[in-house]
Amino acid sequence: MTKFEYAPAPESRSVVDIAPSYGLFIDGEFTEAADGTVFKTVSPASEEVLSEVARAGAEDVDRAVKAARRAFEKWSALPGAERAKYLFRIARIIQERSRELAVLETLDNGKPIRETRDADLPLVAAHFFYYAGWADKLDHAGYGANPRPLGVAGQVIPWNFPLLMLAWKIAPALATGNTVVLKPAETTPLSALFFADICRQAGLPKGVVNILPGYGDAGAALVEHPDVNKVAFTGSTAVGKAIARQVAGTGKKLTLELGGKGANIVFDDAPIDQAVEGIVTGIFFNQGQVCCAGSRLLVQESIQDELLDALKRRLSTLRLGDPLDKNTDIGAINSAEQLARITALAETGEAEGAERWSPACELPSSGFWFAPTLFTNVTQAHTVARDEIFGPVLSVLTFRTPDEAVAKANNSQYGLSAGIWTEKGSRILAVANKLRAGVVWANTFNKFDPTSPFGGYKESGFGREGGRHGLEAYLDVR
Amino acid sequence: MPPAPAFADVTASDSTLRRFLHGLPGVDTVGLEARAASLGTRSIKTTSKAYAIDLAISMIDLTTLEGADTPGKVRALAAKAVHPDPTDRTTPRTAAVCVYPDMVATAKAGLAGTDVKVASVATAFPAGRAALDVKLADTRDAVAAGADEIDMVIDRGAFLAGHYLKVYEEIRAVKETCGEQARLKVIFETGELSTYDNIRRASWLGMIAGADFIKTSTGKVGVNATPANTLLMLEAVRDFRAQTGVQIGVKPAGGIRTTKDAIKFLVLVNETAGEDWLDNHWFRFGASSLLNDLLMQRQKLATGRYSGPDYVTVD
Amino acid sequence: MSDKTEQNRLSVFKTYKLYVGGKFPRSESGRVYEVQDSKGKWLANAPLSSRKDARDAVVAARKAFGGWSGATAYNRGQVLYRVAEMLEGRKGQFVHEVAHAEGLSKSRAAEIVEAAIDRWVWYAGWTDKIGQIVGGANPVAGPFFNLSTPEPTGVVAIVAPRESSFLGLVSVVAPVIATGNTAVVIASEKAPLPALSLGEVLATSDVPGGVVNVLSGRAAEIAAPLAAHQDVNALDLTGADAELARELEIAAADNLKRVLRPQAVDGEDFAADPGTHRLTAFLETKTVWHPTGSLGASGSSY
Repeated sequence: MTKFEYAPAPESRSVVDIAPSYGLFIDGEFTEAADGTVFKTVSPASEEVLSEVARAGAEDVDRAVKAARRAFEKWSALPGAERAKYLFRIARIIQERSRELAVLETLDNGKPIRETRDADLPLVAAHFFYYAGWADKLDHAGYGANPRPLGVAGQVIPWNFPLLMLAWKIAPALATGNTVVLKPAETTPLSALFFADICRQAGLPKGVVNILPGYGDAGAALVEHPDVNKVAFTGSTAVGKAIARQVAGTGKKLTLELGGKGANIVFDDAPIDQAVEGIVTGIFFNQGQVCCAGSRLLVQESIQDELLDALKRRLSTLRLGDPLDKNTDIGAINSAEQLARITALAETGEAEGAERWSPACELPSSGFWFAPTLFTNVTQAHTVARDEIFGPVLSVLTFRTPDEAVAKANNSQYGLSAGIWTEKGSRILAVANKLRAGVVWANTFNKFDPTSPFGGYKESGFGREGGRHGLEAYLDVR
Repeated sequence: MPPAPAFADVTASDSTLRRFLHGLPGVDTVGLEARAASLGTRSIKTTSKAYAIDLAISMIDLTTLEGADTPGKVRALAAKAVHPDPTDRTTPRTAAVCVYPDMVATAKAGLAGTDVKVASVATAFPAGRAALDVKLADTRDAVAAGADEIDMVIDRGAFLAGHYLKVYEEIRAVKETCGEQARLKVIFETGELSTYDNIRRASWLGMIAGADFIKTSTGKVGVNATPANTLLMLEAVRDFRAQTGVQIGVKPAGGIRTTKDAIKFLVLVNETAGEDWLDNHWFRFGASSLLNDLLMQRQKLATGRYSGPDYVTVD
Repeated sequence: MSDKTEQNRLSVFKTYKLYVGGKFPRSESGRVYEVQDSKGKWLANAPLSSRKDARDAVVAARKAFGGWSGATAYNRGQVLYRVAEMLEGRKGQFVHEVAHAEGLSKSRAAEIVEAAIDRWVWYAGWTDKIGQIVGGANPVAGPFFNLSTPEPTGVVAIVAPRESSFLGLVSVVAPVIATGNTAVVIASEKAPLPALSLGEVLATSDVPGGVVNVLSGRAAEIAAPLAAHQDVNALDLTGADAELARELEIAAADNLKRVLRPQAVDGEDFAADPGTHRLTAFLETKTVWHPTGSLGASGSSY
């Protein structure tokens, strides 16, 4: 019995009204799938069915691409200032409806309301605001005078940040004058469908945004569609490679934001208490289901014991449970499939001899849950040090010198993110210079901003999202 | 009094002390403040709120430190400390009444027969700009008048000039004057120390020197207790106990006026130092107007309707 | 303001006041002057600001500078966009005022007001982008990180355009505050009413008090003390005639104020694409050097 129990503080579910069924959003209308198939989307925290959603197939993809093509001519011809105002409207409506959307996202995805409320939704609105401002300023963006859009963008997004990934894809595409067909992930289709409603409220012309809930087959059909000019994908490296093969020879412009195995490097002169927070944020934010997670902790051997003690003490204060409870730090894993994958990889870690540790932590009886987990005695050869786990599992490795840290950090097929913790400025910059990673955080971790480009080196993908750089993916700059 | 054996070599000279204090891990400002803000978003409801309100009331050092203080004012405050809400005798008492040395006897009389402590500021509070013997005389006065606790201020000028040993020796001398009778709270005036690195160093300096409590501020400057500086001090007492086994208390003072604020601080305590500090022997609030807000919130929980300032006593 | 369509009800006139430090004072001098429409008909009395009003406005602008320049660019963008939203809701009033002030048809005045609203949107989008256009990393030949970023100049005194009483006004004020400067603006002398009404919009748009301060009166009388003021950092002379502009520029040299000179003798075309020159005119570039060095004393062993 602890002295100061926090009574449950659940966010009200009644702020969001989920319909029993949803259609595809094509040409400004909700419509059934051509073959009438549907699928269920469940709340990963309770396995309760939230809604039944139309499942797009190849025929629907074709319909959506045609609608986007029809809309393209007028949309791309609109003065940038007018496109800007549509996007500003969308940004404002998202801000107005952010509580509703946060609850919805938490229900469908399983992540804590604290995150959807304080991170996802503010970033979503900010992303639309930022790119709204670019729509009439493209001449100033460094891509020459009057840069042109590409046409129809086919976009496939993952389930870890459903609405944020939608914003990352749709905002720059529309700002630059493209029209889009977007496929949300099959486990998290709802926020994209609510976004369709926001497009309607904003008066966005029909066909400019089309949303196709569905599975991998719909994604593949979209990527393959001959009238798609641009493909943007966020997801696993394996699928990313398959898409690169599909797109090869078509001339379609491609950007990929894929997996990662981020190294979080802690030097002996780090601000320890903040480093501990950064490590926790790095790997337990969104249950570690983050492509840029700091899933490899590289700690200088001289402070290993002190740091691990502090880290374990801190992990013991994490609160796992009902994602709608405002005091929950760790929510549910997004799906049974993902949970199985995390479980299997963690078992591999143990089998290969790494030492496993979790804080005492009771898991709810229904839903998909995985306790925060640390692996120590991990070496570069361990699977848990090499493969992306995409879950709340941190592998701890040690190093002796800065160049060893850099060598180990770079010793990965991935190159998305890295963290550096030291009070010494020149060390931060020297290490950052040598890291082969698209985003390097110093004395912080998992920070995102619409003005800041994001994307990977190596097999973490190519192209950048966010910032001025994020425009390039949607402009004809050849 | 010999220094704690673990730190005997640290306090051998100004330079060893400086080396030790400057060898403490740095504090990243953005990260510290983000952590404090994040803990501030905890949502404390119903039963946990009732617990937190009563705990907070029991942790208050009900304070009056004005040039205009009179025996009448101090007696009223003492009465309030004993019966914060005259309409509800289940309301806990505050931890202490905190006054200037010349009011200690009055406060002591007003609190006779209760377990409410009398705390006295001393050492030329709030500036601390006086000779050591004057500071010690100030302390002796308060102790002689019956003070259970002494709230001393450190010499910020000496600290900022890097004369850490001088600060250390002053604290030790005051501690010695407190003797067995009074627990010593050491006030850093964090607003004047300015940086978080300084606050961490001051915390360790105070703890090594024998403070029973480390306290943020006098309440007399622009920036007093904040969630971030209190979080930092909670980390310090947590780490000090881990290293020495000695538990030290923490007292944020000044600027904490609402129940919401107070609960945020209790969350900081709970999730940083841990529940061993959730007791008025180890955590205090230096406050005056906070009490009435806590009482109104307590009435709200009991009756279900919002209370107003006419339903708590003005003292 | 008189109203010809008045039937039985007597309308309520508005007392036009200055906008300084987020409040609406009368001129400290107690003076007003008559404002007429293009046909010489009396519209209202406007405050005739004195040099003391100018001084108060500078104090307010300086006080607001820390908070406004310290706000995130994103936040400033939101605030500027909020101005557009508020203006959209009060379009009718401004169409009316601009039509009277500039002798325009209602439809022409509406176009101008709409352009002014869109101009706030344009600059709302610039707050978090200008740094990405004019700043950047510099590849110095050495082991140093080197980054240049723009920062706002400070308090900017603006002589607003004389003819374009609203679109021109917005076109000179919005870029100054978009980057984090604060402004003291002297409204068009003969058509100050839209500017004074804009103050009412700014006051309800989350723009912190003191970020924009609006003075009405004789441009020459108010501008001179502003140009000479040692706590003013820059001067926009768009609405000053050649002679006045020269005088003010000389006064401005005393503390090396940054000066934006009038574009053309016959006035600037405020309907045209505004570009970025009004943003960059009031920015300082700060360049930071920091050593990077190498990973260790002995070179890499990996």
